[in-house]
Amino acid sequence: MSAPGGQLDDRAILDPAHAPPFPAAALTVLRDPQLRKNVAHATDVIQAKRALLVAEKTDWQELRSAASRIKEEALDHLGAYLKQFEERCTAAGGTVHWAADAAEARRIILEILREEKAEEVIKIKTMTSAEIQLNPFLEAAGIRAHETDLAEIILQLGKGEPSHIVVPALHVNRSQVREVFARRMGIEDLSDDPQALTAAARGFLRRKFLTVPMAISGANFLIAETGAVVVVESEGNGRMCLTLPRTLITLAGIEKVLPRFADLEVMLQLLARSATGERMNPYTSLWTGVRADDGPQRFHVVLLDNGRSSILARRTGRQTLKCIRCAACMNACPVYRQTGGHAYGSVYPGPIGAILTPQLEQMQHAQSLPYASSLCGACYEVCPVKINIPEVLLELRARVTDQERRQARRIFDPLYIGLRVANLLFSRAWLFHAAQWAGRIGLRFFTGKDGWIHRLPGVGAKWTQTRDLRGLPRQTFHAWWTGRRQAIGNRH
Amino acid sequence: MRVSLFVTCYNDTLFPETGRAVVSLLERLGVEVEFLSRQTCCGQMHANTGFRGEAFSQAKRLVRLYQDAETVVIPSSSCVAMIRDQYPGLMEELGNEEQRKQFAALLPRVYELTEFLVEKLGVEDVGAYFPHRVTYHASCHALRGLHAGDRPVRLLKKVRGLELAPLENLDRCCGFGGTFSVKNGEVSSAMLAVKLLDVLETGAEFCTALDNSCLMHLSGAMHRQYAGMRTIHIAQILASTQEQPAEVSP
Repeated sequence: MSAPGGQLDDRAILDPAHAPPFPAAALTVLRDPQLRKNVAHATDVIQAKRALLVAEKTDWQELRSAASRIKEEALDHLGAYLKQFEERCTAAGGTVHWAADAAEARRIILEILREEKAEEVIKIKTMTSAEIQLNPFLEAAGIRAHETDLAEIILQLGKGEPSHIVVPALHVNRSQVREVFARRMGIEDLSDDPQALTAAARGFLRRKFLTVPMAISGANFLIAETGAVVVVESEGNGRMCLTLPRTLITLAGIEKVLPRFADLEVMLQLLARSATGERMNPYTSLWTGVRADDGPQRFHVVLLDNGRSSILARRTGRQTLKCIRCAACMNACPVYRQTGGHAYGSVYPGPIGAILTPQLEQMQHAQSLPYASSLCGACYEVCPVKINIPEVLLELRARVTDQERRQARRIFDPLYIGLRVANLLFSRAWLFHAAQWAGRIGLRFFTGKDGWIHRLPGVGAKWTQTRDLRGLPRQTFHAWWTGRRQAIGNRH
Repeated sequence: MRVSLFVTCYNDTLFPETGRAVVSLLERLGVEVEFLSRQTCCGQMHANTGFRGEAFSQAKRLVRLYQDAETVVIPSSSCVAMIRDQYPGLMEELGNEEQRKQFAALLPRVYELTEFLVEKLGVEDVGAYFPHRVTYHASCHALRGLHAGDRPVRLLKKVRGLELAPLENLDRCCGFGGTFSVKNGEVSSAMLAVKLLDVLETGAEFCTALDNSCLMHLSGAMHRQYAGMRTIHIAQILASTQEQPAEVSP
């Protein structure tokens, strides 16, 4: 599958401003059996592990409710908790910066790196840095950013893009990993044995950990009560990034704050089980400010808004900010299982991406994403913080429709015409009945001898490209009912 | 007991045999059935596509139409889920005090067909006879919207002659999703292809569900592929007797 020139794939566009609409982007994936197999296998494995560990918790639903309440409380008083976090973190020797948007966050980070005269920086667990497109920005400023999460290394070396928020290289299999490592690390006789691949990555990474004095991390949680930052991970590479460098910069969305330290008791149980199907994740790093002679001596936190406060102001949409990025929704999603993450054109794919991305983009981009769902509700069922994703999808669909229906080109859009006409027909029974009659006459032309419709024009062609449709029956139900009542009446 | 049948717009138009089966089943169980001929649609298609204003106008029309009904029975889990999950938000946002009151009074009287049979009438054995191998597809709205659980299966298990074939990955969507099936026609088809593997694997003669919408999707592919399986709404199985066998479409 790997194309020449060291690319894992035709490079997916994860910038919502430039990505193609979901149905178009999904098409290429649907024709890629290897990728679909990789995605289905990986999501099956994680889902099965998750299901086992959720089943053993007798208080799972209570845990979900508790987590939802904690997150709601944090969001209801977000300003106050963020200020408290800033105060405690500063008192412990950290420096807190506030970034209204992506550009400001990038500028703040670059200024810190310039002050430190950095030429290289190591990175761990920061999807938010992908949201603000930090790597290409730093590259242009002459600073090389090295990812240190195993999956992120695969993608960075292979010039690929993440397709899942917990398992970013989920769409890549190990022979593809071997190929990328062999070429980019210059190990010709590398086997595709997982241990050999891990050892290669380990050797590659250790040199970075021991030589680069600057690190950028994300955050799973910020604790208002103590000023602590929490990062959870599986590999220990995060622990290296968080402890070895001289200077550490943590980039965190403002919604990451939790009121109390004790809230972690609920969150960590839910997160590990939901994300990787583990009772406890292997590495949980917590730190508060700086400590003399131990760990980084300079610590910065960049608190990023970038559209989040506008989401906070929405009645239905604000629950999106409860997300703890566990990815259970994408593993459960029957749409994601077919398409993988790249089709969503965002660093946040799957059901959560379908509601988060358009809102972060303030509804200026990614308008096709709220429609990338059959509304089956599997995402809501597994969400550990009870985000009613279908409800938010519907709200966003309404906002997209309100935008589109004012556009001139929609006047001739068959779906818009159809839905407007249907609304009129449904408003009067006699109109509806007349339309049923007209439809029966009209569809006769398309109905085969077997009583089925095999090909329809226009929007209907999207149905008949893979499915037949039973032709309309001779008699509607209401006509049958009327006839039956008359017959009964005549008998009496 | 007297119930008002809301047959739904697509059953009225496309699957009248389902409506007829509901009538014959309920009358056999001693329930008096009425049908308000002014009924049209619950508004689900508009609501799910983002046309909230239109969805609300259909919602308020339905609520007004059934305000005097003792009990409303609907042979579709997705239309019932629409009323339970989406009407409250529509009424809250676009309705007035009177409409909200009217809706609140109606809501507890709305039943999905199998819910009505088991929860309201208290019957699981409806005296049906359907000598075929059948698999049950749990539509997403039955499973996660109405939390129907194994209620439909309990009803099917009491049908004489019926051999129930369990379906793998029962909780997985068939990919219909209303306008999703055309707006994202290719992804919808991919989901359908995967679902169909499990459905055909059962070796059943019929696939049944609480919703003709999923069944229309599944049967569309079965027919296109000459797959040798047919679909049938659960009402038609439950209405079927030795004397009056189910109406089965080709």
